[in-house]
Amino acid sequence: MQVTLKLYAFLTDYLPADARRSNTLALEIPDESTVSSLIAARALPPRLVHLVLLNGQFVPPGQRDARRLCAGDVLAIWPPIAGG
Amino acid sequence: MAWTRKILRINLTQGTCSSEALNMEWAAQYLGQRGLASRYLVSEIDPGVDPLSPENKIIYATGPLTGTMASTGGRYSVVTKGPLTGVIACSNSGGFFGAELKFAGWDMIIVEGRSPKPVYLHIENELAELLPADDLWGTTVWATEAALKKRHQDPLLRVSSIGRAGENQVLFAAIVNDLHRAAGRSGVGAVMGSKNLKAIAVRGTRGVGNIADPRAFMAAATAGKKVLAENAVTGQGLPTYGTQVLMNVINEMGALPTRNHRDVEFEGARKISAEAMHEKRATDGRAHLVTNQACFGCTIACGRISRIDETHFSVETKPEYWGASGGLEYEAAWALGSANGVDDLEALQFANLLCNEDGMDPISFGATIGALMELYDLGIVSKEEIGLEAPFGSAEALCKLAEMTARGEGFGKTIGLGSKRLCEKYGKPELSMTVKGQEFPAYDGRALQGMGLAYATSNRGACHLRGYMVSSEVFGIPVKTDPRETAGKAEMLKAFQDATAVVDSSGLCVFTTFAWTMNDIQPQIQAACEGDWSQDSLLQMGERIWNLERDFNLAAGITAKDDTLPPRLLNEPCKTGGSKGMVAEIGKMLPEYYSLRGWTPEGVPTAATRSRLGL
Repeated sequence: MQVTLKLYAFLTDYLPADARRSNTLALEIPDESTVSSLIAARALPPRLVHLVLLNGQFVPPGQRDARRLCAGDVLAIWPPIAGG
Repeated sequence: MAWTRKILRINLTQGTCSSEALNMEWAAQYLGQRGLASRYLVSEIDPGVDPLSPENKIIYATGPLTGTMASTGGRYSVVTKGPLTGVIACSNSGGFFGAELKFAGWDMIIVEGRSPKPVYLHIENELAELLPADDLWGTTVWATEAALKKRHQDPLLRVSSIGRAGENQVLFAAIVNDLHRAAGRSGVGAVMGSKNLKAIAVRGTRGVGNIADPRAFMAAATAGKKVLAENAVTGQGLPTYGTQVLMNVINEMGALPTRNHRDVEFEGARKISAEAMHEKRATDGRAHLVTNQACFGCTIACGRISRIDETHFSVETKPEYWGASGGLEYEAAWALGSANGVDDLEALQFANLLCNEDGMDPISFGATIGALMELYDLGIVSKEEIGLEAPFGSAEALCKLAEMTARGEGFGKTIGLGSKRLCEKYGKPELSMTVKGQEFPAYDGRALQGMGLAYATSNRGACHLRGYMVSSEVFGIPVKTDPRETAGKAEMLKAFQDATAVVDSSGLCVFTTFAWTMNDIQPQIQAACEGDWSQDSLLQMGERIWNLERDFNLAAGITAKDDTLPPRLLNEPCKTGGSKGMVAEIGKMLPEYYSLRGWTPEGVPTAATRSRLGL
């Protein structure tokens, strides 16, 4: 199935070069994928995986292992950031 | 230094400058800066006063940690009755002016009356004098600062001034120091303009002293800096990406107010984000962002310094704007961009430069343009009336209207009234995205329920910096809460509001609280200031300040009916994204908030609350 992965701020470096100007990558992933398995498959450093939004809604760390992805999902991830 | 124990009082009507002792009894109750200046204002003006009359006063106040070695200890606040809102205004600025004022030996300046002719206040340590500013009137902030440094032959002179917006009494005019740091909100610049006070130029050489326990203070300040450096947000995220990193975050959540809050997602958000500011432009191969910049004593350095594209239509014939300058910060980028549907990063930077150059709050300006564009879209305001076409998304309209507003030209005079008065003028008050007359910042109160309550109850009108619930609802600082949930938000907001009042009264920057808790802040205040500054007494002081401000606002005519949000946020659900279907549920939170505050159901502090807080 296809999902969209968005990586921002310091995580931009973990995207292919041609995806960095959009921060967006379309991915084909196995049907049983979870939030955590996708993060692991992209080799994202745990210390940079802080804010995780699935279709715009926060996924707490404790739910990421069990949270299954569906076709068309948008997973967006940020390192620790803040502003105001 | 901690308190210098001296106030400089300026009577512009009489043309006098005098020194008086700081009321140390009040300092023990209100600490400094926001709290202490508010105490003075409340005691000295009639809450019903016309904000732009000589009877209003304007106070420039440092905190006890301003000018010290505490990280971010360079803040000062401007406190007055706000012309945009009709309630108490307290606008906080960084840069270097606040520390310089402290170095000159003053805790605060109280300005009263109105000068018959334009003047500026020159301070050199104990010397304070009012000097003619006829030649500066009609010039920008940037020109004023350059002229005063040249006139006094002192490149280290620190200047806080108004541009033409303040002179023209644009109701969201700002006071700008150090070229691009601003006491931005509520129209404090218009008050300065109404008094014919163009600038305050200060040079202080007295350094730091009067720390109650220097050894303990150095230890506490050093420990605090270590915490900031080791925290991923204040040590890495903010210095690298600035506040602008929020553009994509808030957009992905469906919480980015777009086109005057019609939408909550902006298709152009990525193009005006922090990530875009880091990328090389196709036109000149340069990145928009040049570097980050710190205010006095700050070890975070979140400020952005950028260079505009010289080939952009806004500046291609204006080389004076080609150099590196301040911006874009998140709030400005949102208000100038998403709020009116403009996704042209260079246009946003140009409008932002004009706001800095002529002293305008980019949040209120940009949000007012958003309201105008909706009125234009609905056919209520015509091209002929405005003098140009103003559809959503027009970078050209944004840039031209910024120039017209700053200079008080044509329809710019109407823009300068702000969104509330603009929409009322055209019979559509419901289209003004404001609370108590002040425009929203960059978070939709439907998508973030706690922020909705924060906006409704803020003592200076819609504002994110009185109780930044985004910290919890988005970042998880200090704990993550569900932005869709209303339960528990009233209690958390009260805690945020009270703690923020403490920070705003200390001389420190509120951004430290992304890493610091009261466990880091309290030892610095306690070591610097004589007296009891336990955490309990500090938080009670924060509550006291909040209630003092509330009392002033009630006396100025505010009622519980003003603690609300525009009908669009209460009744029109978010259309898309993670917040789809949501409205702001203020009614579920406000009664609990009043109760927790010790207020009546009408939002009035009870006698018991006043007594408990010593009001």
